[in-house]
Amino acid sequence: MRLLTHNMLSCNIKGVTNGFPLIIEAEKVLEKPVDLNPDFLRNMFHKVEWKALVDAAKSLGYSELPESVDPAMLESPEFLHRFHHALLELHLEEGALVCPETGRKFPVNKGIPNMLLHEDEV
Amino acid sequence: MWYLCVFYHRLLDYRKPEVESLAELFGAFEDQKGRHLKWKLPEDHHPDSPFHFVNLPSEQVARDIANRSILVKGIYELWGEGSTFEELEAAIKAYPEDRKLPFLTQDSTFRITVDSFGKVISFQEQTARIQKLAFIPFKGRVNLKNPDHRFWLMETDDYGANNGLPPVVKRRHFFGREIGGADRKLLPTYQLKSRTYLGPTAMDAEMAFLMANQAMAKPGKLVYDPFVGTGSILVAAAHFGAMTMGADIDIRVVRDGRGPECNVWSNFKQYGLPMPIGLLRADNNLPPWRPGLKEMFDAIICDPPYGVRAGGRKSGGRKLLKGVIGPYTVSDHQRNDHIPSTAPYSLVECVHDLFDLAARMLVMRGRLVFFYPVALEDDSMGIMDNVFPEHPCFELIASSEQILSSRYSRVLLTMVKTSPYTADIEEAARLRHLDFRENHLKWLEDGNLHSAVFSPADALAAAETDTKVSREPKPKYRGKYV
Repeated sequence: MRLLTHNMLSCNIKGVTNGFPLIIEAEKVLEKPVDLNPDFLRNMFHKVEWKALVDAAKSLGYSELPESVDPAMLESPEFLHRFHHALLELHLEEGALVCPETGRKFPVNKGIPNMLLHEDEV
Repeated sequence: MWYLCVFYHRLLDYRKPEVESLAELFGAFEDQKGRHLKWKLPEDHHPDSPFHFVNLPSEQVARDIANRSILVKGIYELWGEGSTFEELEAAIKAYPEDRKLPFLTQDSTFRITVDSFGKVISFQEQTARIQKLAFIPFKGRVNLKNPDHRFWLMETDDYGANNGLPPVVKRRHFFGREIGGADRKLLPTYQLKSRTYLGPTAMDAEMAFLMANQAMAKPGKLVYDPFVGTGSILVAAAHFGAMTMGADIDIRVVRDGRGPECNVWSNFKQYGLPMPIGLLRADNNLPPWRPGLKEMFDAIICDPPYGVRAGGRKSGGRKLLKGVIGPYTVSDHQRNDHIPSTAPYSLVECVHDLFDLAARMLVMRGRLVFFYPVALEDDSMGIMDNVFPEHPCFELIASSEQILSSRYSRVLLTMVKTSPYTADIEEAARLRHLDFRENHLKWLEDGNLHSAVFSPADALAAAETDTKVSREPKPKYRGKYV
């Protein structure tokens, strides 16, 4: 699971209001190189919750992202490279996503987060 | 300018929408409001004819469309046409010299291909026809493998029952210069029989490419498939350079596949395509998107489970199946390894959820492309009047029917998001969602396509006087207008 996906997900158990961002429990982290597409990154920049991305990257062991950002930074190749690396190249291969409100663990196996709810959670 | 557009004679209903989508993708409509091209038919031709004239703003747009299209055989600058060869010759001679001479120069190479629709022309006849074109002042050298300019002499036939088409009154000859043609290696490369990981409802490669074209997939765009399965639709989108993301409720398909070298990832690796940027197990009925997330995807392409070959499932199984939403509790010691049960997911609810997802998650002008089944018994009120599901955020721009059996067809719907997702629409969707949960069993009984498709023929024949129809020979080819 890439951090772009993590940035989109929340815990959707019935009644949960603060299900975002999910806390990452990392067991195995991989880095897979992806071709950098600046247009795609500029497009995604406005849609990403920045703080959640910074924290998620840290929990995967990458702390090169600035804490605060503004769109002007998209002109810097150095920044684009870091953003790209955090958003698309870091993978959570094994681990879990934990709901900040209920502590419910959503397992991540073989890079696939399992977001399906139990019968009593819907 | 008008160009001659020749189609492959298949999936007739999909041909014009594909060209129009590609025209929009390559910027043909920048200065106009409409998103439809002007089309003309050759004299006396039926709408199902493979020969059409289309008005395109430039040769470059025509080339881009032809090279990417799946159903266009070629787009040509027409130098002349006629009902007889003599008429054709006169028309070519009358075509302006300044349009012809730049392509006939001494330092260029060319080839002429003779092609026909509805009959076979022997090799000798082809050579004879090419020799009859000697009145055109070709100065360049012939190069059959890699010529600078390709010319085509095409003709239709005028005898008998024209391959299921109503008879064309007159024979027609066309001569033109090729602007662009389809990539014929594409479909053999991607055909399903050489795909490593397949499921029972994997999308046929040709159709998947058509869907990706309808969705205008291109580099820098993000395409999502909420019923991803083995990824057969996303493979086509990835081929055109789009970033892809998919979800499925069946974890065995998205996570495990049939082993380390036979899974969704390997289907992308097989063709050297970039991997999907996200695959997850999620229920489209209860999507796990964070609050406030919207306008994330540029296109959503999918083949929803409509209960003929595979039925949809959603979460909340045992609670819903008991017919009441009573307590159902998983005990704490079972919680970690618990496999949640699922409930059947009716098509109406599935399409409702799909619309809600797309209305929220697509960018403005983003496209929703999906298949919708139509049972042919309700033809009188169905497909001919284009009665398809609607949503206030979407405008239907194309519907293309593919007949699957004598009982049912599927229609590829292409919709564009034309208005933003408002709080009112969100609230209406939430209430509808609750209605589906509370009246789960009632909704399941409605619109059961499976029984319409698979019930024994005897039962149907007894109900109606169907016997007369079955005695008539089945046409080899069925189009919308035939």
